[in-house]
Order: sequence, then C-alpha cells, then structure tokens
Amino acid sequence: MAKDLSKALADLKEDEAVAIVQEKLDAGADPLGILAEAGKGMETVGARFSKGEYFIPDLVYSGEILKKVNELVKPKLKGGTAAKTGGKVIIATVAGDIHDIGKDIVVFMLDVSGFQVYDMGVDVPIQKIVDKIKETGATVVGLSGFLTLAYDAMKQTIEAIKKAGLREKTKIMIGGGQITPEIVKYTGADDYGKDALEGVALARKWLAK
Amino acid sequence: MEKTWDAMTPDERKNDLVGKWLSPPGVKFNSPQTEKEYKGRVQRILDAANLKKPDRVPVFPMFGFFGAYYSGYTPYDVMYDYDKLMKSFSKYITELQPDAHGSVTISPPGKLHEIIDYKLYAWPGHGVPKEVSYQCLEGEYMKANEYDALIDDPTFYFLTTWLPRVMGALDGLKNLSPFTNMTEMYGGFTAAAYVPFGLPPVKAALKAMMDAGDEALKWIGTVGAYGAAMAAAGFPGFFGGGTKAPFDTIGDTLRGARGIMLDMYRQPNKLLRALEQFTPIMVKMGVANAKLNGNPIVFIPLHKGADGFLSDEQFKKFYWPTLKDLMDGLIAEGCIPFPWAEGGYNTRLKVIKDAPRGKIIWGFDTTDMVEAKRLLGDVACVGGNMSIATLSVGTPDDVKAAIKKLINDCAKGGGYIMMSGAVIENAPPANVKMMIDATKEFGVYK
Repeated sequence: MAKDLSKALADLKEDEAVAIVQEKLDAGADPLGILAEAGKGMETVGARFSKGEYFIPDLVYSGEILKKVNELVKPKLKGGTAAKTGGKVIIATVAGDIHDIGKDIVVFMLDVSGFQVYDMGVDVPIQKIVDKIKETGATVVGLSGFLTLAYDAMKQTIEAIKKAGLREKTKIMIGGGQITPEIVKYTGADDYGKDALEGVALARKWLAK
Repeated sequence: MEKTWDAMTPDERKNDLVGKWLSPPGVKFNSPQTEKEYKGRVQRILDAANLKKPDRVPVFPMFGFFGAYYSGYTPYDVMYDYDKLMKSFSKYITELQPDAHGSVTISPPGKLHEIIDYKLYAWPGHGVPKEVSYQCLEGEYMKANEYDALIDDPTFYFLTTWLPRVMGALDGLKNLSPFTNMTEMYGGFTAAAYVPFGLPPVKAALKAMMDAGDEALKWIGTVGAYGAAMAAAGFPGFFGGGTKAPFDTIGDTLRGARGIMLDMYRQPNKLLRALEQFTPIMVKMGVANAKLNGNPIVFIPLHKGADGFLSDEQFKKFYWPTLKDLMDGLIAEGCIPFPWAEGGYNTRLKVIKDAPRGKIIWGFDTTDMVEAKRLLGDVACVGGNMSIATLSVGTPDDVKAAIKKLINDCAKGGGYIMMSGAVIENAPPANVKMMIDATKEFGVYK
C-alpha cells in the first residue's frame, strides 16, 4: 500500500487514509508527524478548492476524514500541537442569524491556510464579539450572515466595536449570500468576500506584515 | 360529460387549472373593475409563462414578512395573531398593487408548532427574536444508516422515526405498527396493529396531533379568507402549490447538508435510490395543492444545487435527474413548475436548458440575468434577480435604475417576470413601491 497520507487525504480516499494512519501508529510513528502530513493533505484540498477543482462537498468530506485521523492519533499525543502562525482571525455569524454553512467554509479555508481561527459559531451577541477581540487581540474579524436581517446586526456589531475603541486596529470583512458592496458601505465594514477564497485573500492582505 | 382528470391530456389539465385561476370558483369580485384587473393580472403572468408578450412585464416581489413590518408588526405578531396577519398582509397588497400576492402561508401558525414541540426550526419568540423570521435548524434528523428504512416505506419511516425526532410531542408514534398490517381479521392481524393505539404515549401523540389540527383549521381559515379577499380586490395568488427537489428534501430536513454531502461519497447508490423514491411523492405534493387552489403554478425553492454547492458532475448525477423528473411529472399533471434558484445558478444554465418549451418559470437570485435570458430565453420564462441588497439598503432611485436595467436585459419579446432575488423582509416600503411602479413604467410592451 502507498504510504502517502497527504495524498490519500487530498484525493479523498477515506479508507486508505485511515489504514495508513493505523499502520503508521502501529509501527510507532511520531503522532505529530502524522498530523503534519494530514495538514499537508488538507492544504492540497484547499488549493484544489481555490482552483475550482474541488467543491463544498469535497471540503466537507476531507474534514470528515481529517476528523477520523485526529481521533486515531489523539490518544498517542503527548503535549499540544504546534500553534498556527498566520495571524488571528475571529469569525462569527451575527446575532439573530443561525446559518453556518458559509461561515464554516470560510473557517475551513482560513484554517488550512495557516490562520489561527476563533470560530464563535452562529447567532453571536454583539458584546461577545467585542469581548473576543479584546481577549484574543485579533486584528481581523469576519462577520457572516445569510439573511437580510443580518445587515443590521452587522452594522450594530461594527458600531459596538467602534464604541469600544477597537475599530482603528481591527479590519472587518463581511460575507454571505446577499452581501454586496452596497452592504459594505451600509454596515461600515472594510470589505467583503464574495466567497471563501476572497475572505482568505482579505485576511492575507490585512495580516501581511 | 366532462372528462375526468385521469382521462385528460397534460394540456387539458393545464387548461382546467388555468380556467380556474382566471375565474376562481366562489369568488365575488368587489366590482367589475377589480374583476377586470384580476383577470388582466393572471393573463399577464400566464402570457409571460407561456413565452408570449404580455401587455407589460408582470411584477411579483417575493414577499417574506414584509407585510408585517409594513404595518408595524413583528413576524411574531402575525404568526400568533391571525387577525393581524390578515390585516397587515392585505394592506400592503392593496396599497402597493403588485400583480400577485404570495398568500399568507409564508407565516405559519406559531402556536401549532409549540403544540407539537417542533425542533426543526427556530421561530420568532422561540429560539430567535420576535423581530426576525423563522430559520431552519439543520441536522441529521435521519441517520446515515436509515436509507433502507426510508426507501422501503417512506410513510412508515416518517411516522415512526422522523416525526418523533422533529416533533417532540409525537414521540409516542415510535410505537406504531405498519398500517399495511391491517390486511384482514383472520389471525388477529388487524387487531394486533391496533394495540399501539391503546398505549398512553401513542394516545398523547394523537392528542397533540388533534390539538394541532384545531389550530391548523383556524390558520387555514385565514389563508382561505385572505386568498378570497385578495382575489375579490383584484389580486391573484401567485402560487398554486409548492414542493421540493428530491435532493433538497433529503439534504435540507432529513440528512442535512453535511450528511447528504458525505452520502454522495460513502453511499451514493442508496442516496440515488432514495431520491428516485421521493420523486413521485414530491410530484403529488405539488399537484394536490395546485388542484385544490385552482392555480397551476407550483413553487420549488432550490437550495443545495447552487453554484459551488456541488461540482458539475455531482449536479448532473445527484441533483438534476430527479429535479427534471419532478418538473416533467408536474407538467404532465397540467402544472407550471416554478423552480426558484437561490444563490447563483450560472454553472447550471446549460444543464437546466433541457426542458420542454414554455412550460416552466425559472426564478433567479444572483444569477447573471443576461446569460440566463440568452441561454434559457427560448425555453422558459425567467424572472427574479432584483437585488435584495439594493431593495434593503439602497434608495428608490437605485431601485429604479436596477429595474430599468433588468427590463432592458431580460424583458425583450416577453417571457420575463420581475421578481426580487430573495424574499423581502424588512425593506423600506418606498423601495418596494418603486420596484412595482418602475416595472409598470418601464415594462410596457408596445
């Protein structure tokens, strides 16, 4: 059997990926090394998504395979995993909106692109987002929303960030099925991503030092 | 003697439904003028649907809870008070004068969903604030290993597995025996199948269903009265019935997005088999209401086949075949399928072009309308794309400019209906009014 875990994961070969991990663990391989290889595979998945070769179901499936790999490796892990180095990004679906598919894709793509992502979930109260910026020191915030009611929740969230004195050092992007440049202006955000790739590009631009 | 439905051809069935839509049985118009306006509006929509040139572009903004906000109510108010629902949803139609209304069914009865302890949605005052619309709580309400049970007997699966999960008060239905056991007296087959009905949990579930039924009757009374009052005032309902693409039925409320996406890899054949099993069920769901309401248009909101959600191959393999079968089945029953493609459908246009001419209305959200008209214009009526963002945060002048552009791009020769790209909730009334007025101004065919 091929021993290339990153390739099996990138090609979405679930059974093969799991078998390789099991074999490696049985042979006493370094669990951190296995996770690093899996991470490489996930990067390839992200790259293929960026090129339009992979679609949302491929991301979901690769995430599922990775979860299985993690479950196998975790019991053997001593100590923590390596920290992400690409900068901190907070992502949340705004208050009143409980949609998560779009947000989850952005989180996935930021994660495989090396960012340290704080995924706050859905229907996140305004104050919690403000608190999270203070707590983490993140300088990029992504606000997600699918419904038109999210326009106002985004606007209010951004106003609260401003009131807390954090707006100057925080770049804010918004995203969702009904987000256009008009909504960027309306909410007072810095920019929007038409899809997850544009979201990643914005984070890269803003966090490049 | 009149032909029975079974003996009619698809065209005869369509004529029957169209006839009832044009001259709704039992409706007394408020005046000869409103009768003339009613018929003019239905004919306008039919001409567009049939790829003919109407007198002008029909305008049907897709309304959500706009009516409630317009009258100063919240979605909660109208979901719990049917007088407020009736009053507010009547007010904006008669004042803004679109070519059709979208009924009040967009506002389901809140109390009913409390009675059954509904878990599939959060709704105003029940998981989301009173000021916002209801939202689906996607999950795996059907487990990955339950395809065989679903395929074997969808109704029994719904009764004993899916309903108890989605409606807490119906938990007792888990105990039911298949009704198909009740074949005869001999050997106690029938009696045995009745045993569960003596059990307290089953009785409690039936009681909840009957209480919900009482509430449903009150609500449907409002739905019927609203439709009749609007028709009398000159405004037809746009929808005869509704149904869903089989892939969305399984993906939205049974397996969830994550579940169905994994099934495409892990158990594709079972998924395909279940999709086929659901197709005739979904046809019947749409046809039944179209016949009941005497209106051929069957709404099909499309979700998980949008650009990006599936690859081209996945769309062609998993999504499109049963959607096409569904629409062909509706057309055979005399209906006009109205698939409403939420999100973008740019990569799907070449696939969905495969349809009989003048039988379908395609509604679009963010799809490039110039391309949609170019690729589909010979085959199907197209509509939609008036940006919900512009309607929500733009000025009336922005709306006017957008309407003018859409009419320039899409209306030539007929076969176009002006619709918003997504449902209108709390948009400024002046913008919605402009959408309607500007269509009337720029949409006249000479």
